[in-house]
Amino acid sequence: MRYHTAASFEEAVAIAAAAEGVTRFLAGGTDVLVQLRSDVVTPDDLIDIKHIPGVSEIIRADDGGWTIGIAVPGAVMGEHADLCRDWPGVVEGMELIGSTQVQGRATLVGNLCNGSPAADGVPALMTAGATVSVVGPNGSRTVAVQDIPTAPGRISLSKGEMITAVHLPARAEHAGDAYLRFIPRTEMDIAVVGCAVNLRLDGDVIIEASVALGAVAPTARLVPAAAEALIGSTLDDAALSALAEAASAACSPIDDKRGTIAFRTRVAGVLARRAAGIAYDRAKGASA
Amino acid sequence: MSRIHVTTTVNGDEVEYLCEPRETLLDCLRDHVGLTGAKEGCGTGDCGACSVTLDGRLVCSCLVLGAEAEGKKVETIEGLADGDTLHPLQRKFIEHAALQCGICTPGILIAAKALLEKTPDPTETEVRYWLAGNLCRCTGYDKIIRAVMDAAAEMREAS
Amino acid sequence: MALDDRKTDGFKYIGTRPNRPDGLDKVTGKARFGADASASGMLHGAIVRSPHAHARILKIDATRALALTGVKAVVTRADFATGLTGEDADLLENVIAGEKALYDGHAIAAVAATSALIARDAAKLVEVTYEPLPHVTDVDAAMQPDAPIIRADAADDSVPEGMHPNVVRYMEFGRGDLEAGFAEADAIVEQTYKTEATHQGYIEPHACLAQLGADGRGELWCCTQGHWFVRRMCTALLGLETSQLRVTPSEIGGGFGGKTTVFIDPIALALSRKASRPVKLVMSRSEVLRATGPTASASMDIKIGMKRDGTITAASGVFRLQGGAFPGAPTAETMQCAFACYEIPAVHEVGYDVIANRPKQAAYRAPGAPMGAFAVESALDELCRELDLDPIEMRLKNASREGTRSSFGPRFPRVGLVETLEAAKAHPHYAAPLGPNQGRGVACGYWMNWGGETSVSLAISEDGTAQVTVGTPDIGGSRASMALMAAEALGIPYENVRCNIADTGSLGINEPTHGSRATYASGLATIESARQAIGKLCERAADKWGIDAEAVIWEDGCAKPSGPNAGEFPPLTIAEIAAEMGSTGGPISGHHEATPNGHGGSFGTHLVDLEVDPETGRTTILRYTVVQDAGKAIHPAYVEGQFQGGAVQGIGWALNEEYIYGQDGRLQNPIFLDYRVPVASDLPMIDTVIVEVPNPGHPYGVRGVGETGITPPLPAVANAVATAAGVRLRHLPMTPPRILAALEQKAGG
Repeated sequence: MRYHTAASFEEAVAIAAAAEGVTRFLAGGTDVLVQLRSDVVTPDDLIDIKHIPGVSEIIRADDGGWTIGIAVPGAVMGEHADLCRDWPGVVEGMELIGSTQVQGRATLVGNLCNGSPAADGVPALMTAGATVSVVGPNGSRTVAVQDIPTAPGRISLSKGEMITAVHLPARAEHAGDAYLRFIPRTEMDIAVVGCAVNLRLDGDVIIEASVALGAVAPTARLVPAAAEALIGSTLDDAALSALAEAASAACSPIDDKRGTIAFRTRVAGVLARRAAGIAYDRAKGASA
Repeated sequence: MSRIHVTTTVNGDEVEYLCEPRETLLDCLRDHVGLTGAKEGCGTGDCGACSVTLDGRLVCSCLVLGAEAEGKKVETIEGLADGDTLHPLQRKFIEHAALQCGICTPGILIAAKALLEKTPDPTETEVRYWLAGNLCRCTGYDKIIRAVMDAAAEMREAS
Repeated sequence: MALDDRKTDGFKYIGTRPNRPDGLDKVTGKARFGADASASGMLHGAIVRSPHAHARILKIDATRALALTGVKAVVTRADFATGLTGEDADLLENVIAGEKALYDGHAIAAVAATSALIARDAAKLVEVTYEPLPHVTDVDAAMQPDAPIIRADAADDSVPEGMHPNVVRYMEFGRGDLEAGFAEADAIVEQTYKTEATHQGYIEPHACLAQLGADGRGELWCCTQGHWFVRRMCTALLGLETSQLRVTPSEIGGGFGGKTTVFIDPIALALSRKASRPVKLVMSRSEVLRATGPTASASMDIKIGMKRDGTITAASGVFRLQGGAFPGAPTAETMQCAFACYEIPAVHEVGYDVIANRPKQAAYRAPGAPMGAFAVESALDELCRELDLDPIEMRLKNASREGTRSSFGPRFPRVGLVETLEAAKAHPHYAAPLGPNQGRGVACGYWMNWGGETSVSLAISEDGTAQVTVGTPDIGGSRASMALMAAEALGIPYENVRCNIADTGSLGINEPTHGSRATYASGLATIESARQAIGKLCERAADKWGIDAEAVIWEDGCAKPSGPNAGEFPPLTIAEIAAEMGSTGGPISGHHEATPNGHGGSFGTHLVDLEVDPETGRTTILRYTVVQDAGKAIHPAYVEGQFQGGAVQGIGWALNEEYIYGQDGRLQNPIFLDYRVPVASDLPMIDTVIVEVPNPGHPYGVRGVGETGITPPLPAVANAVATAAGVRLRHLPMTPPRILAALEQKAGG
């Protein structure tokens, strides 16, 4: 394995594009190193991207939108009061990944690019309408987060391409998001089911909504039918029931060591209801 | 294999080592720097026995490459006491019998120190969640939590 | 041994909570554990492991591995002793496979190289050709007529004709008229219970540093609970003379029974012998989980009859345990402990030890007892519900006490079960209110404890301080306990005693720190050694005073004339006598060796409150109280620690820990991410009540306390879940999917 330290995105892309074997970018390393140590993936070229200027910054643009650097660890996101105020669901999804120690290293983009259907950082990015900037040998592009994962362990980036930043839109008034996951313990597990809800209110009525589920399909995914169940409602019991039903209906999970099909399908609906309740309270002004 | 030359600061001392690209910071501390206080319990970031701080940030040293420590400041259990004077957490761990076998103790002490620097007056729940990545199989955590809370109280009084 | 001067009260040091002597080293990172040693010229080892659950090994080709720069040796089964029989043969077969790989992770070959990375790379280059064979991992499936035969010749004569060859041991005992007993009952419960295999989960992976020369002399440093066991096993497997291997125990990062046998030590020695250099071998976590001893899994049929007033009239149990691909599942212990808490007039038990394609089970804290307790204490709880009985009152009515005849034969000496039940009943926990979806569980448990071969020396130093040399590794504060007992016996301050853990070259044989025996047996031998030394100290004083030794007594660390008739002499302190010992007869020491068997069992009663989320099946432990008989708590803080640690391991077993095998027979969860031991945020504080009913078999009344605590949590949690969720789970662990499925089944039907 060759270890490279890139000083710019251009350099990182050039190394990756020229590499012939397995390439990995190293930011927090909490997946890359685990895979390396357990002989799952031993990269031929490992490109440390933490020395690229700007990758450790969280920037709020004049329009209120956010840009999160690709080497910002979860702990730093959690310590950023303004980001937490605007996108509590995004931050709490990220902060659920691993231990305090892992939070000191793990990044949103690493979580996204690992391609796990159970990635806790991803569903709330999807419901937030987040995008990522991608550069590669053939130029740059902007991609919606939901278009990045394609299958377990697979993403849509091509050889030599890398993500350079995560963008969150400006936070509207009277809006809130939330992410919940189900794990058997209280910490340290991979999500058996994850659910993010983002919504905006006019008075008590939900006028915009987005719902995403994790760990119940080959990728985390948006569930438009679940969002539909919320829009126009005041999060009354009927809406919550319809939400849960839509969320469960959107599941195509597997039986594995972490949970069963029946369990995941049922609990997806439960989490959708609970996450919607939290997001609704936040939109009404409750603090995270 | 070509080795990487790394210059870093460990517990205030400048150290240099040559490491393989695949070697972790934990490997380097234990095998090249000669500091075996950080332990490998899992190698996957799930047990916290290898906890150190890197530029003040709590991390699992098994999930950091040795090469990544270049130019950084690393703090390990060996640097926790001030000479002969134990850190209050170390003293309280002994007084409360907060260790049985002691293999998780270095990592828990480093993690707890990071907590108290950030949150001097933690609740029991905060301590428990902060330390959720530090597995202890002997104690059931009870005496560990009490020792951390007691050390926090003493440190608040002293400051 | 003479217990005529037993002491059960009026202690000066016993029962206090001083700092442990090894505390400083362990909070500063100085303590040296298994992987912390190194040697000049040291190589690193790595092991090639089977990816198959069951396969014939057709060929092992190490050509490519040996060609890698830095690789110094490769060993296979051919590098070990031949012609072994019995347990040694099984041990060798587990340490390194012979003709067949018997489980996922079974060691096939090993490599030594100049770095750990090179060794790991080389291990991947060892080419093993396998012929995969059908496998079975479930205990009930392994007994079916069509189950694949794992080892045709593993059964002994105890197994009845017609049973599958995977049934390797059979046992049966009982007494009384079962039929009449059940006929007398007002209610009978008859159910099947299952528990999954769990791992000891010590945080320190196995590690060792071995050096073995062509002359058959060796040195081994390793983390173990018992280095004399390691010495015997390693020398047997390598064909060495036992005394030519010296084993030095490192500090040990947890064991819980799992470090009472060997896995990597013989391999490291074989590599060292072949490479003529020291070899360090350290397991990864996944190697620990795949290839060291988990506990057995169990399937149990329980039938208990009870009168309306709570009297148990009869009980029977069938216990099927799977302990991996080798005989040795703790079926007998399961059977002995299952009904031990109760006086039952008619009882009958049948047990099967079954092999399956899993790693060889190793002892895990009260080996076998938690499974049986889960089945029996759950069944009793079911009866209490049916007959509307208070679970503590029912247990008090039937509780074993002095003179009760156990299901397996012997009558109990003075034991403390009743006292733990009374204490639990009186505890505020038992009367605390519960909220919605919450439930309380009660259960009792028992472990018989152990004495075992023990050898201890105590020597007085020139300044009147003392050193105690024991052979039981300090796994949870036992140095402090030994020092307290020595201080108490000698009448000198605790700080004036140093306790050392000796290597195998420094003492006679000591069994491991297992069976809850260290504080009991090494403690007993420490006290007896101190008493022997006191006899010599008194003799020196008598000589000095010119009186008979019988006229000298020992009090508060001083020799004194026994009374006015003995003469008028000022007391001679231990320091004064010690300072002159070179010229008054030479070194003063005491030594005691024995296989004490007055260990006495320890009973416990646990209370747990928990809440079940009815929508997800997730269980949250809200409150937990451990009540257990310690006989006499030498260092109460470490006794509490044993109670708390045992309870939490039991909680893990009850809720989330299990070995999960896939259809391919491979372990699905060989990392701590998915082998879910409890984390700090999963738990409340664990309250403890130390009951002290002195053990007649120890000079200070000590009972072992280490193991009993893991036994009651399994049923206590299950009984609480039954209240909180309204569903009875008879299969552990009670994971959220299992609880939710039970809730849905109940709602649906």
